[in-house]
Amino acid sequence: MSGEATLPPGGAAPAAGPAADETERAGASRRFIRRFASNRLAVGALAVLTVMIAASALAPWIAPYRMDAIDMAHRLSGPTALHWLGTDSLGRDTLTRLLWGGRTSLSAAVLAVTVATVIGVPFGLIAGYFGGRIDWLLSRAADVLMTFPPLILAIAIIAATGPGLITAMTAIGVVYAPRLFRVTRGATLSVRAETYIEASVSIGSPAHRIIATRVLPNILSPLLVQISLMLAAALLAEAALSLLGLGVVPPTPSWGNILGRGFLEIRSTPQLMIWPGLTIALATLSFNLLGDGLRDALGREIRKGD
Amino acid sequence: MLGFFLRRVLTAIPLLAVVSFLVFSLILLVPGDPAVSLAGQNPTPEQIAAMREQLGLNDPFLLRYGRWALAAIQGDLGRSLFTSQTVWADITARMPTTLSLVALSMVIALIIGVTVGAVAGLRPGTLIDRAATVAASVGVALPYFWTGMLLILLLAIKYPLLPSVGYTPLTEDPVEWLRHLTLPALALGLAPAAIIARQTRAALSTVMGEDYVRTARAKGMSPLRIVGKHALKNAAVPVVTVFGIEASRLIGGTVVIEQVFALPGIGQLAYQAVFSSDFPVVQGVVLVTAAMVIFINIVVDVSYGYFNPRIRQS
Repeated sequence: MSGEATLPPGGAAPAAGPAADETERAGASRRFIRRFASNRLAVGALAVLTVMIAASALAPWIAPYRMDAIDMAHRLSGPTALHWLGTDSLGRDTLTRLLWGGRTSLSAAVLAVTVATVIGVPFGLIAGYFGGRIDWLLSRAADVLMTFPPLILAIAIIAATGPGLITAMTAIGVVYAPRLFRVTRGATLSVRAETYIEASVSIGSPAHRIIATRVLPNILSPLLVQISLMLAAALLAEAALSLLGLGVVPPTPSWGNILGRGFLEIRSTPQLMIWPGLTIALATLSFNLLGDGLRDALGREIRKGD
Repeated sequence: MLGFFLRRVLTAIPLLAVVSFLVFSLILLVPGDPAVSLAGQNPTPEQIAAMREQLGLNDPFLLRYGRWALAAIQGDLGRSLFTSQTVWADITARMPTTLSLVALSMVIALIIGVTVGAVAGLRPGTLIDRAATVAASVGVALPYFWTGMLLILLLAIKYPLLPSVGYTPLTEDPVEWLRHLTLPALALGLAPAAIIARQTRAALSTVMGEDYVRTARAKGMSPLRIVGKHALKNAAVPVVTVFGIEASRLIGGTVVIEQVFALPGIGQLAYQAVFSSDFPVVQGVVLVTAAMVIFINIVVDVSYGYFNPRIRQS
């Protein structure tokens, strides 16, 4: 710790970098946007996700029916003018249920990934930056967590605490944390070897400031890619748990439990499992394509024209 | 080779010890007194006392863990609170189903993945390559349980070719065994197949440009033998790595797939145990599945040494 650490936080802290650094960073982000925009699949995926998130958020206002409205006269109906995607065995409108279900499913996925990020990234930074014994210890802890199949550990935790989506997705997040830990640690290790880190160390910057202002901004790309891919996995985990009746408690809809209910009617009304399945598949595909697109746009590999 | 395998097994022992400690600690998450929650509906004080005795809750935690771990090494994982069967008997009775499902999924993933990847990788840039790339992206994203439902709809209901529920042991009737497992294994194997296809394609298109492949071609070796002898063996390391990474997802996925296809495996055992709050069974299943993941990763590590002898040295 040098004298610099005693500077008051906030206003008195020096700006992120010299002016040259700033313009370079602006150029990099312009280049990123240009490269991302040229990837039609990734842009399409981003559009699909934006629509899905907005539609789910606006469900109370745009859904054609109330969340639990029952239309007994039109039970198990196919697509009609009244019910665009048909109704389930209780006469509930499938489109309405899917819109409301998106709120549950998408926020559950975000919860799991947030837990994984909050645990995985700081420990990954510490392990990668300091190395040595702490790195060894944290890496072994990650090895241990990696041996648990996420779904089975989540089920075991539900067995202990009772059904509930928040517990279940927190558990999923804990099991996902080692994956983010490994990506962060690896990226930090390679950034650690760069000259500008050495320069910061030699002028006596404290470790926490080097990590926050020099390391973190430079490892954001692999992290973003990983987070996008992890959202897809978390969405599948939520669907699986709710499908089994271990996640969100009915009548609250989630894409998983709508699919589970629909599966019961597979012989008479197969579209009841088609729509929710299609929704989940489209969302996971979009998160994956977005992740791939980010990887290509942020990648350091040879750029065309350079 | 054997020495390398044994050394890897030895390093897995401390890992398994820590894993078992975490599995045992799961009981700490039961809110309140576990004996009360696990003794059933409206338990009498005697039932609670009996449950305390059965769970050994009157002893210190570390002592309880030591006793449980010592018994677990000898294959004794306690008794089910529900059926009063031993947990080990429950698990071993259902293990063949789950192992068959996981093994068949891996075989399917390997066959589809390597075939698609090889066809695409040998003709990079063609229409067939682009079709395979799109198929792989979709295959990775398809929710495996939904794939299972679609397969039921298509191949069991619309065209009743294969059964959609139940299981026949391999020793009883191999044909029925395969018929019952085809749809669930296909559902579970499709995502890893897509990842393997990507890896094979990438590895093949790199390997095909190497000097030794050109030499083999110049010698007049048939293209099929070049691919089989040189290219695929070099593509093998990234492909088996997929199994190591996907093992835990595959084994976790059996819980859902066994439910969708009504297969009596350990995933279904865990699922039923959750609803009857049968904690010893849950702990047993978590421990056994974690051990399966560790074992698959050992096999993957050892296979690296076979495919690439240089790894064995280091």
